[in-house]
Amino acid sequence: MSSLDQNNSPEINSTKPNHINPSKSSAFEEKGSSLWRDAWHRLQKNKMALLGLVVMVTMCIVALLTPWITVYGYEEQNLVLGASPPSAAHWLGTDTLGRDLLTRILYGSRISLAVGFIATAVALLIGVIYGTVAGYMGGRVDAAMMRLVDILYALPFMIFIILLMVIFGRNIFLLFLAIGAVEWLTMARIVRGQVQSLRQQEFVEAAVSIGLGPWAIIRRHLIPNTLGPVIVYTTLTIPNVMLLESFLSFLGLGIQPPQSSWGLLISYGVETMEEYPWLLIFPGLALSLTLFALNFLGDGLRDALDPRAAKD
Amino acid sequence: MSEKTQESVLRVDDLSIRFKTRNGSSQAVDSVSFEVARGETLAIVGESGSGKSVTCYSLLGLIPQPPGVIESGVAQFASQGQQRDLLRSDKQTLRSLLGDKIAVIFQDPMTCLNPYLTIGEQLVEPLRQHKNKSREQARQRAIELIEEVGINNAKMRFASYPHEFSGGMRQRVMIAMALITEPELLIADEPTTALDVTIQAQILDLLDELKKRRNIALIFISHDLSVVASIADRVAVMRAGEIVETGEAQQIFKQPQHPYTQQLLASVPSGPKPAQSSQVDPQTQPLLKVEHLQTVFEQGKAGLFAASPAPTIAVNDVSFELRHHEILGLVGESGSGKSTLGRSLIQLIKPTAGSVQLDGQELTQLNPKQLKPLRQRMQMIFQDPYASLNPRMTVFDTLAEPLLYHRLATRKNVTPQVLALMDDVGLAHADIRKYPHEFSGGQRQRIAIGRAIATKPELIVADEPVSALDVTIQAQILDLILSLVNKHNLSMLFISHDLSVVRYIADRVLVMHQGKLIESGDTETLWANPSEAYTQTLFAAVPQLGSH
Amino acid sequence: MARFILIRLLQAIPVLLVVITVTFFLVRLAPGGPFSAEKAVPAEVLKALEARYHLDQPVINQYFSYLGDLARGDFGPSFKYPGRSVNEMIAAGLPATAELGLYAMCFALLIGASAGVIAALKPNSAQDYIPMSTAMLGICLPSFLLGPLLMLIFGVWLEWVPVSGWGDIPGDKILPALTLASGYTAYIARLSRGGMLEVMSQDYIRTARAKGLPEWKVVLKHGLRGGMIPVIAFIGPAFAGLLSGSFVVETIFQIPGLGRFYVQAAFNRDYTMIMGTTVLFATLIILFNLLADIVAVWLNPRLRDLYRSGGA
Repeated sequence: MSSLDQNNSPEINSTKPNHINPSKSSAFEEKGSSLWRDAWHRLQKNKMALLGLVVMVTMCIVALLTPWITVYGYEEQNLVLGASPPSAAHWLGTDTLGRDLLTRILYGSRISLAVGFIATAVALLIGVIYGTVAGYMGGRVDAAMMRLVDILYALPFMIFIILLMVIFGRNIFLLFLAIGAVEWLTMARIVRGQVQSLRQQEFVEAAVSIGLGPWAIIRRHLIPNTLGPVIVYTTLTIPNVMLLESFLSFLGLGIQPPQSSWGLLISYGVETMEEYPWLLIFPGLALSLTLFALNFLGDGLRDALDPRAAKD
Repeated sequence: MSEKTQESVLRVDDLSIRFKTRNGSSQAVDSVSFEVARGETLAIVGESGSGKSVTCYSLLGLIPQPPGVIESGVAQFASQGQQRDLLRSDKQTLRSLLGDKIAVIFQDPMTCLNPYLTIGEQLVEPLRQHKNKSREQARQRAIELIEEVGINNAKMRFASYPHEFSGGMRQRVMIAMALITEPELLIADEPTTALDVTIQAQILDLLDELKKRRNIALIFISHDLSVVASIADRVAVMRAGEIVETGEAQQIFKQPQHPYTQQLLASVPSGPKPAQSSQVDPQTQPLLKVEHLQTVFEQGKAGLFAASPAPTIAVNDVSFELRHHEILGLVGESGSGKSTLGRSLIQLIKPTAGSVQLDGQELTQLNPKQLKPLRQRMQMIFQDPYASLNPRMTVFDTLAEPLLYHRLATRKNVTPQVLALMDDVGLAHADIRKYPHEFSGGQRQRIAIGRAIATKPELIVADEPVSALDVTIQAQILDLILSLVNKHNLSMLFISHDLSVVRYIADRVLVMHQGKLIESGDTETLWANPSEAYTQTLFAAVPQLGSH
Repeated sequence: MARFILIRLLQAIPVLLVVITVTFFLVRLAPGGPFSAEKAVPAEVLKALEARYHLDQPVINQYFSYLGDLARGDFGPSFKYPGRSVNEMIAAGLPATAELGLYAMCFALLIGASAGVIAALKPNSAQDYIPMSTAMLGICLPSFLLGPLLMLIFGVWLEWVPVSGWGDIPGDKILPALTLASGYTAYIARLSRGGMLEVMSQDYIRTARAKGLPEWKVVLKHGLRGGMIPVIAFIGPAFAGLLSGSFVVETIFQIPGLGRFYVQAAFNRDYTMIMGTTVLFATLIILFNLLADIVAVWLNPRLRDLYRSGGA
């Protein structure tokens, strides 16, 4: 996975026939199996995680293609029809204004997934940089940086987000920022812990004794080894973020109509659930299914990337 | 076989255990038979993975099933005239024997005691469980035993938590805990492996004495032949799940029959260095000159309301010289500061005071940039071959990194140099694209050595390079190091807690104790006449193969 | 130990001050005021109102006089409900919120920890999969979805329990408490499973087994303490989460608690009410974090020694 590895593979392959005696290697495959490949093999054995991956990939593709594959517009009303249960024309039924629910769920998925991915990316960026710096610097810098994280942890963030959304209007970019700003804390802690324990590993000492500079050590020795937990935590942050977005939209503080998001659809569904239960059940199902898929995938990745599992 | 008149406490016949995993199964124990009598110490010796621990744990129902499957075997345990087959007893029966008639002592006393409960609470548990003693009776008995295993102030120590004890003390507690129900069979699994050599000697004596006093059967599991030689009556040698040879300790050590036993014994470093390093040069300027070196660690940080704890002086006013082409041994027990000294020399840790000169050039004042060209000339080999290699880099990456970084090769022509290095350390060319986890411990250490010699350094600091390895592998790596030192004219500081290893490899020896260098001299001279009291104790504590 | 608590309490003061300051200026700097929504208010009346609540003075003066009031335990008058003080409103809302939170916390701890421990005793068996899959359900069915669904199923369709209300009919507290607890139950189940698995693989558990102790004793006496440490550490954050979760549950089930007041206050820009609830919530969260830390120290003899000997 390192750059050196990739840059040099052609040379190695070209010199191989001259140097390698095939009889020596009969018991082994010639190309080593990296930890990434081993992890991928372990993940493939986890059916639920694979299913989660397939669901997520499908969902992302469908969300991207939504404007081209839907028959109805997401604001297209049919007041004559009104709320109707699932039928051949409207697979998941229509809402009180006669809008096709499936279309609205698909458009909602675009918002919900986008918030999930973008806000997580914000959290990832801040968290990884902050955590790496704190862990690598150590000492007083680390103590001060982590104390700040501790203090932020103690703040009632949910309350702040609600305040922000109320006061500065329901701006979707503000939503990304606000959610990302909450979720980076845990990421920073995880990365910092990883970096700190890696720094004490002998292979990092060996890199120092070779004379590698800090940047080379971070890039070649620290980051590749923190990627596992970061990937796992990212996978588990996305559902958290989507949950937060739906939560805010449900309270009326997130996405604004006429845009739709799953939280918003659920909140409409709740209002009318006694007469038109499908308006609650289908958006709820979409949200739960996504959360399930991501959580199973995250758990599967955690098991697959667990260094302890890699030892045997 | 004179002791055979004694009744046999445990008799194992044809025990076979298989571990079944998703990727296939492996024969952990293959048709093993042995017996141990009252008052006798049977040592089961073998390298890691030989199945010695699995054998004993299976008798106690302590291996998880699955994946373990006991395929065949009988284990007759005789207690108070009653014979029981441990392998066919139900859980209830086994549980009633375990911790009562059969007791176990484990390897690492640091992790084997529950950190959340007091020593006393843990000590009285077997008595309360099996003997129906009242709390007060159990307490009395526990305090007596704490005294018997040589812990002072037993009454106060009863209420202490494990973290308040040193490793040796914790192992004494473990022994007391095992003996509190007066068992008839004691199984000790590497009970001294995690301990310093002087503490090891004390614990071995204690075990032997308690065994004799109580006339119990002792099964002593160990990888260390020298330790076994000092305690065993009979020895069973295991390899790959089989017992290859059993016999009286005398006979095993004097006239080993099986080739593997012979190989094992030959691998134990004993006696002086076979040949001096090629040409140690006493006249010219030393390669490394250390003067009044001091390394201090600050402990924690001062809190708002708490005073900063006293700093630890890990290396205290150390001065010595390392000559060209010399292997200098550095011995000391854990916490003596020997590793810190090694790291301070090559500037992995900044020393607090003093000077380190490599070939006349002062190192302690240089910044990382200035140090970089010098780093080619000094390298380090680390203890743990599992931690010293980046798990995400192939052999090629690991070996090419120093060459490329110091511009000793370009990306175009680095491959032949890497292959030459692999030849040097005895790795197959075919393995060049493999990752560390695909290698055994010995092979990993070869990779680490290859990385250290890649830049053709003059000085290598080797910090316990063989102490994580099995004895046969250890012998191979030691010979590899010796041959590389001669071939590349290296000078080496060889740090080890194992005095036999140091005697085998070093030309001169430094002895370190509590951060200070207390004695130094030519290896054989020092061995014959240690002058400091501490050095004498240290040498006396080393278990010897011929000591039985 | 007393010193440890004292230090932590002292450390809480700056954190609280940060919360107060940030919230105060956030609220004041936002466009719109508490009386701007009511269009028909004549200028003189608005002026009089502002004068009455000291809104005509510079913000910085308002800030310090608010701090002064706060130091005396006075949260000030409500802007939206003339004649009622924030203290009164909190006193009216807190009992319901506290009761709801308490039930939910007890439920989450009891059910979550037992499920996790049971699952950890036989990993990768039905005994593991069944409770943990149920736990996954709790994570993937957020409260704003689970609450309405439970209401729909048990209240509307089956008519087993009342749909809303608080303390009017016996049993009407079950659904809200269950809804609020579900996510945390699931999370605690996972934490305790992870903690127990970690502990049960420790050497000292093998020692306990080698003493011939029955398995339940090994688990309860030797395993539980270490295994619960991650759960204890989670109590602080869980409490913060329960508080913000109560916004939704109180809204859905129409419970007259603080959460509902808070959301209303945020929409209405009832400055003093927002401030009051925020400060209260922040204080509670800090206190619960401290409580969790104290329990964690008390459970771990090594930490206990560390704090006894004065090294804070």
